[in-house]
Amino acid sequence: MPPGSVIAETSSVLLLLVVLGGAVIKPRGLPEAVTAVPAAGVAMALGLVSPHAAREEISQLLPVVGFLASILALAQLSDREGLFEAAGAVLARGRGNLLARVFLIASAITAVLSLDATVVLLTPVVFATVARLHARPKPHVYACTHLANTASLLLPVSNLTNLLAYTASGLSFTRFGALMAIPWLAAIAVEYVIFRLFFASDLRVAERRPPPENAQVPFFALAVVAATLGGFVAASALGVNPAWAAFAGAVVLAVRALLQRRVTPAEVVRSADLPFGAFVLALGVVVAAVVGNGLGDAVRPLVSQGTALPGLLAVAVLAGVLANLLNNLPTVLLLLPAAAAGGPGPLLAMLIGVNVGPNLTYVGSLATLLWRRVLREHDHEPAIGEFMRLGVLTVPAAIAAAVVGLWLGLHVIGG
Amino acid sequence: MTVVVWIVEGTWQACIDAARRFAQGMDVILLHITEEGPAAAARGARTGLLGRSHPAHDPGKRIEAAAATAAANLLDSAADRLGRPARRASRSGRAEHEVTAACADADLLIVARDGDLRRLGPKSLGPATRFIVDHVPCPLLLVWPDEPPALASMPPHPPPPPPKRR
Repeated sequence: MPPGSVIAETSSVLLLLVVLGGAVIKPRGLPEAVTAVPAAGVAMALGLVSPHAAREEISQLLPVVGFLASILALAQLSDREGLFEAAGAVLARGRGNLLARVFLIASAITAVLSLDATVVLLTPVVFATVARLHARPKPHVYACTHLANTASLLLPVSNLTNLLAYTASGLSFTRFGALMAIPWLAAIAVEYVIFRLFFASDLRVAERRPPPENAQVPFFALAVVAATLGGFVAASALGVNPAWAAFAGAVVLAVRALLQRRVTPAEVVRSADLPFGAFVLALGVVVAAVVGNGLGDAVRPLVSQGTALPGLLAVAVLAGVLANLLNNLPTVLLLLPAAAAGGPGPLLAMLIGVNVGPNLTYVGSLATLLWRRVLREHDHEPAIGEFMRLGVLTVPAAIAAAVVGLWLGLHVIGG
Repeated sequence: MTVVVWIVEGTWQACIDAARRFAQGMDVILLHITEEGPAAAARGARTGLLGRSHPAHDPGKRIEAAAATAAANLLDSAADRLGRPARRASRSGRAEHEVTAACADADLLIVARDGDLRRLGPKSLGPATRFIVDHVPCPLLLVWPDEPPALASMPPHPPPPPPKRR
């Protein structure tokens, strides 16, 4: 097919929809890579993406995937050491304002161990803890799912979207964190205020003093996570890829657990979720076809350059809308070339949109929600209108606050 | 004669005390509703992590298990406070619908106010309780979870409507 032709672009977009559909529907519960990898193969076989471009995309994504696999393993292995149970015990022990404590813990875990850790590992612990305190779980669980997105603005490791942008940006790890600190705080503050008002009657219920719990403090896991965080900063200062720090942290936890025979080698490998890595690489190749055959040129004028506030807002809104039409992962891959060309301002504004935008629905994107409704796969899906109303209230406000924060940061610290 | 007591986190103590005081000699059903929102939200958030929805990592399942334990514990605490034999019922779904349905054959329902408890008035009912008050098919005993606010907190009369213009 001639590159750049309408038919080439249409075929690429269709392939992308097949990949995304496969990831949402997951036929027979098979891993997402089972649809994505053949689709990438088809894109190459049809000449929608040249072998050279595909190779380039994969070589760019490979370190990102390695970085993410290390972080996922670090979080899973920390869970085995009891880190998340300990977080629950800390949550139970504090006094007053349970929601504020949930916000603190969920924001910290999301920033350091990524949103996956908050969704998969922390949320159930928060539910169990809040229920044990005889407080109402709903606001606190919804806070976890919201903060998994909103509080993932801070560091490159907090979200896969950040890792992709960070790799393309040329920013250092610390500079990324410094520029995103104000947006991170601003977005979390907006979420907190809205949660307080929205759930006022649920939150008025006083928690009960629980019997004191003797949760072991997992000093070793805590030390490894702290050292990994220090390693990110040090590696970044020395010009080494911070992925090595994450890898080292995961290896230390894995070796100790293996020596103590608390995990099997197979479990360690599973904790890194390698099929997911294959999915990201294949998705990258398919999106490269979509971008290369015309959409990239179409998107470029929409992504403004520079650090003026209206331009930054426009990029964030565009990214938030696209994230809801597709999902934030393909959105980042689509917008990345255009946003990266604009410098740190547009790039980080794009991240604000793709990271906060998914809170509009509880499944990450409107498209996913519609898919699920159309397929009626989840007939028993409860009326979750409340969650959506919360999203409609928080998402625009949090995006706006974060973008203003970014604009301030860019002018204080300098783009 | 049966009385259904809706047991909700934070306000159930007042309902049990009301049952002890006003429902002597009646068969007591302690009813707890587990909302499906939290498990669904966690499951949905996992779906949002495109490509990472490994079946072993379903946070919704863990939440459902924790919710079952929490409901059983809460009903145990309620039964202890009641101090006499009672049936326990645990349902899941939308609280207002489940409570209303559970009262089909009841002679009395005891519910606590759960809205703005600082002043007397319609806002002292949250949305779920408002629905129950409007729909429940049996007599209803509505209690304040703590000391009721002073009578002076009652809102003043609304101003008279403006005279109609011709």
